[in-house]
Amino acid sequence: MVRKAPVCRIIPFSFVDGPGNRAAIFFQGCGFRCLYCHNPETISLCNNCGACVQGCPVGALIMEAGKVQWNPGLCCGCDLCIQECPNYSSPRIKMMDAMEIWNECEAVSPYIEGITVSGGECTQHHELLAELFSLAHSAGKTAFVDTNGQTRFIDMPDLTEAMDMAMLDVKAIDDNEHKRLTGSSNETVLENMSYLAKIGKLYEIRTVVAYGLDCAHTVDEASKIIALYPRVRYKLIRFRNKGVRGAMSNDESPSDKMMNELKLLAESNGVRLVEII
Amino acid sequence: MSELTELLRDPLYTYPQRLIALAKYAENSESGIELSEEAQAFADRDIIFDMNEGASPYRPRYVVVNFDKFMKQGSKFLMLDPPNDIWEAVSNLMAIYHHIPSVVGVPVYIGHLDRLLEPYITDENEARKAIHMLLIHVDRTISDSFCHSDIGPHDTRAGRIILELSAEMQRPVPNMSLIYNKNTPDDFARLAISTGMITSKPSFVNDDMYAKDWDEYAIVSCYNALPLGGGGLTLGRLNLKNLAEASNGPQDLMDNMLPRAVAAQCEQMDKRDTYIIEDSRFFQNSFLSEEGLIEQERFVGMFGLVGLAECVNNVLALNKQNDRFGHGERANAFGEEILEAIHRMITAYKPKYGRFCLHGQVGISTDIGVTPNVRVPVGEEPPMPQHLAVTARMQKYFNGGVGELFPFDNTAKRNPQAVLDIIKGAFSQNMRYISYYSNDADVIRVTGYMVKRSDIESYDGGKRVLGNSTVLGSGATKGLRVYERKVRSTENGTKSAGM
Repeated sequence: MVRKAPVCRIIPFSFVDGPGNRAAIFFQGCGFRCLYCHNPETISLCNNCGACVQGCPVGALIMEAGKVQWNPGLCCGCDLCIQECPNYSSPRIKMMDAMEIWNECEAVSPYIEGITVSGGECTQHHELLAELFSLAHSAGKTAFVDTNGQTRFIDMPDLTEAMDMAMLDVKAIDDNEHKRLTGSSNETVLENMSYLAKIGKLYEIRTVVAYGLDCAHTVDEASKIIALYPRVRYKLIRFRNKGVRGAMSNDESPSDKMMNELKLLAESNGVRLVEII
Repeated sequence: MSELTELLRDPLYTYPQRLIALAKYAENSESGIELSEEAQAFADRDIIFDMNEGASPYRPRYVVVNFDKFMKQGSKFLMLDPPNDIWEAVSNLMAIYHHIPSVVGVPVYIGHLDRLLEPYITDENEARKAIHMLLIHVDRTISDSFCHSDIGPHDTRAGRIILELSAEMQRPVPNMSLIYNKNTPDDFARLAISTGMITSKPSFVNDDMYAKDWDEYAIVSCYNALPLGGGGLTLGRLNLKNLAEASNGPQDLMDNMLPRAVAAQCEQMDKRDTYIIEDSRFFQNSFLSEEGLIEQERFVGMFGLVGLAECVNNVLALNKQNDRFGHGERANAFGEEILEAIHRMITAYKPKYGRFCLHGQVGISTDIGVTPNVRVPVGEEPPMPQHLAVTARMQKYFNGGVGELFPFDNTAKRNPQAVLDIIKGAFSQNMRYISYYSNDADVIRVTGYMVKRSDIESYDGGKRVLGNSTVLGSGATKGLRVYERKVRSTENGTKSAGM
């Protein structure tokens, strides 16, 4: 049987998901529940509760045989459905196989350097990713993985072998803070950081900087580790509350001063490429 | 008040601007060019247009001096020996610039600057000073964004200095193109893109396409491609929007109105070109010609057009966005059919002098509701991949130059390689010319030439400004809705907190 995975959207051109211009594929479903997640509608799979159907202003959603059906032809893209969803999901998910996903990327293939898979958490579908990457590679395109690091790459040899590089979130170095922030331990994340760096497949790590987190500690420790691998970048992402639900939804963005201090910290620990965004 | 008195008094003219206006007034006081009744009828309905070049043309519209030759031989008439160092090289160029005619009174091409200057660089700091002086001189004395310079395709010290200075100076003059081909290294191209994100230049030229059309060419004025050591005699402009309004459906357009309008435009250009050569005797009265820096045989006529989008949408009566030009396949295929027909007709036309090339005209300051060349109208731009594909498809016919521009948001500044990937892709699809800028830059591209936003604000506030093009830009930014162009932002990718 053909393997399929839930895709929430494909962006043909992205300038922020790895080197050059890339098609970015976002998969649905994530094992972490980050307090600062800015697209929380990608966290869960749809449980067909139907809460979104009533709210749709153009009738693009209907309930059919106990399942929510989405009609893309009618959809106006207002995003009301994902705001209505009590389940951190979206009714606009398409089950796609590797070839279907690749066909959409191939349509823009002259203009892109490669593809990046993201989410949600894309590694939940690592077997399909391996298939997709082999299609990308036969077209001369690179294949990058954007991951929260929830699963050990050493246990996903198909994907690890097939991908060019990974971009890994390092949300907190302190395990208690990581648990409070994401609901999970960071043990696997940190193991992945070292493993991917060692095998030369770590493109960058990223830390979201926000008040209320011990970011200095995270940046200090993480930068010491990646400094051993001169090509690994560190991206410091300024928290913004757009799209965020729950406890952090009204928090302010960190100051320029704070961002610059963390950048200096990473640089003084020997990281050559540090970027604030 | 008489028109002359008005010109004498107008408080918004600088002295050189007034001089140009007075010369035009004199030129228009008599006319030696008569069109046939048929051609005149098309002119009267604003379907064909002589671009207000003047009733008695006395010089080619665009003179593309062979500066490479000038550097080798100097000039007898100007009493200049070939230069021995970077200072003499720059000084010779500054001297000759003031003797180059054009329709705007100042040179529209000032040379392939890195190629010209690289041989004279011994010390980089000294070269930087000399080139800085040259660029200041050009900006302050030529002061016209139709003044164009070329660089590339190779990575040179001179090329890098020019890019670095352009980013530093942020002036609209000179306009600039990077001739891009497989010999252009990625890091030089990325430097050009980073410069462009600051100051909207250089644009990228698909050399593989133009090298098939011309032996040696230069990009001049907005984005015109013309033979080096020659130029463009006149530019005629076919307004396809107005033609569509005068036509009775697709068949009448293709079988009747279009062939007649093209013939009328060709007649007008042919007569005006002949006038420059036979009546004004331009080539007999120019030292540039005597010294072989230009040759009459290397001049062509430019057949320009605008409003393909409006023409297609009107004639096929397309109202739904998905059906319209730039979106619907039927519309795009019809657009291509029109261009193919025009291309065929002007290639077959044998003018008395030279030949005609096809040019995608960039619009004029008084245009309202007619989209430059073959572009998709502002406000109707499809998603970028489709926009690039349809642009490439339409641009391939234009051996005389055509251009499209894409504003990007800030994410492109951090990732110039992404813009380079897009350019490479577009060029592989036969796009000829692409400009880009950052939506927060002060120097912006109006439609082909550049202006400073801050200068336009001063001019609109009633102040005289240095740049001639600012005056045009003031009208065009409004009529052509430049500030409303769709900015290309790439959506947030990562799943972490907002970027």
